Amino acid sequence: MYKHSKHMIKTDIIIIGAGPVGLFTVFEAGLLKLKCHLIDALPIPGGQCAEIYPKKPIYDIPGYPEVLAGNLVDNLMNQIKPFNPGFTLGETALNVEKSANNQFIVTTKEGTQHQAPVVAIAGGLGVFIPRKPPIQNISSFENKGVNYIVKDPDLFKDKRIVISGGGDSALDWALYFANGFCSDVTLIHRSQQFRAHPDSVQRAMDMAKNGKLKMVLDSEVIGLEGNAHLEQITIKTKGAENSTITTDYWLPLFGLTPKLGPIANWGLEIEKNAIVVDNSTDYSTNIDGIYAIGDVNTYPGKLKLILCGFHEGTIMVQSAFKRIYPNKNHVLKYTTVTGIVGFDNK
Amino acid sequence: MSADNFIKITVIDRDGKEHLLDAPTDMNLNIMELCKSHNLPVDGTCGGMAMCASCQVYIETDHVSLEKSNDEQAMLDEAWHVQDNSRLGCQIPITSKLNGLKLKIAPEVVEDNEW
Repeated sequence: MYKHSKHMIKTDIIIIGAGPVGLFTVFEAGLLKLKCHLIDALPIPGGQCAEIYPKKPIYDIPGYPEVLAGNLVDNLMNQIKPFNPGFTLGETALNVEKSANNQFIVTTKEGTQHQAPVVAIAGGLGVFIPRKPPIQNISSFENKGVNYIVKDPDLFKDKRIVISGGGDSALDWALYFANGFCSDVTLIHRSQQFRAHPDSVQRAMDMAKNGKLKMVLDSEVIGLEGNAHLEQITIKTKGAENSTITTDYWLPLFGLTPKLGPIANWGLEIEKNAIVVDNSTDYSTNIDGIYAIGDVNTYPGKLKLILCGFHEGTIMVQSAFKRIYPNKNHVLKYTTVTGIVGFDNK
Repeated sequence: MSADNFIKITVIDRDGKEHLLDAPTDMNLNIMELCKSHNLPVDGTCGGMAMCASCQVYIETDHVSLEKSNDEQAMLDEAWHVQDNSRLGCQIPITSKLNGLKLKIAPEVVEDNEW
């Protein structure tokens, strides 16, 4: 189901954002025989539900007294399976342009191109980017000793590294690198307690006891020094003098934060970090053929709820159908009557 | 809702301006939601799950216990501009015991919009 291609991907509706609203829109589009392709910056489908709170229960999905966010995503993936959507995951939709034949071309930062007559932005809160510590000169060391994510572990082979953070990402990488991969690994955390999985925390404690991992607690990095590359960090520790560590790399792994991202520059009408849509008709934006549904849009009375996004996606695809097939008459059908007739006999 | 169900809470915004708010105690609101309902600059990005710290406030009076849940403490351990009196607004339910509470909204963390 997860297809990556550097060729032009052609579909009926390009959905930007593979969160619950984007996923359910595939279903409603599928009922109208419209094919969808989803683009998401995250490497997995599900958006916030999968990335931020997969184990949190949701209580306001109709028909589900309680459902874990991660399970809701799993169910939606099952529900849309017959309609065989395409996915471009781990890539950020960077720009959109209109071709001569009235098609939209959406290109990702990684260069993958998608073509469709309709674009639906279901981007939720936006693109999730790493949280960057507010250290004044941090940007001058980005990719010159400061890395917010670990893309290629080999970059750190036999190097001295410092990792900051108390979550799973920080602990998991600290354990990985301290196991003989790096020459020196230090884990710095602001507290004595960790948010990461208790098993990881215990393993890190054991490694610290065995001298494989240096652990600096109640501390945070407050300064970076170096010339062309990071050379030294300054650490502030509760109740102690500031200290320094000489290092090759610092990995601040403090999780992700959402930003509206490149779609903010697409010429869409934006109000308070959300895309203004016409809620009286079809959730269309000010650009003909581009719709916005779910948490990413705004209109009078807007409620940022998954269930409202489901409704918006459902209404939107009806409009998309008329746009794609102006000469076809469409009658609303009920799934209880027609069942689910998927694509490719799936 | 009768007048009995309101308490007074003072919120100091990022410009230092004080806002004396009437806060209902019977609406199941928390401090983050109260601020948002008065258009004060609190994001509450995660919706109140103690997962983003965009509603961090500094408690200026002793109305609120500074004891926190593990989730809230863990989030504050990874947030910026944290002080000893930091709390996440979303984790403070509004009850009658908070009458007279004064709090300050923590500085905004401006993440550069790179992608």
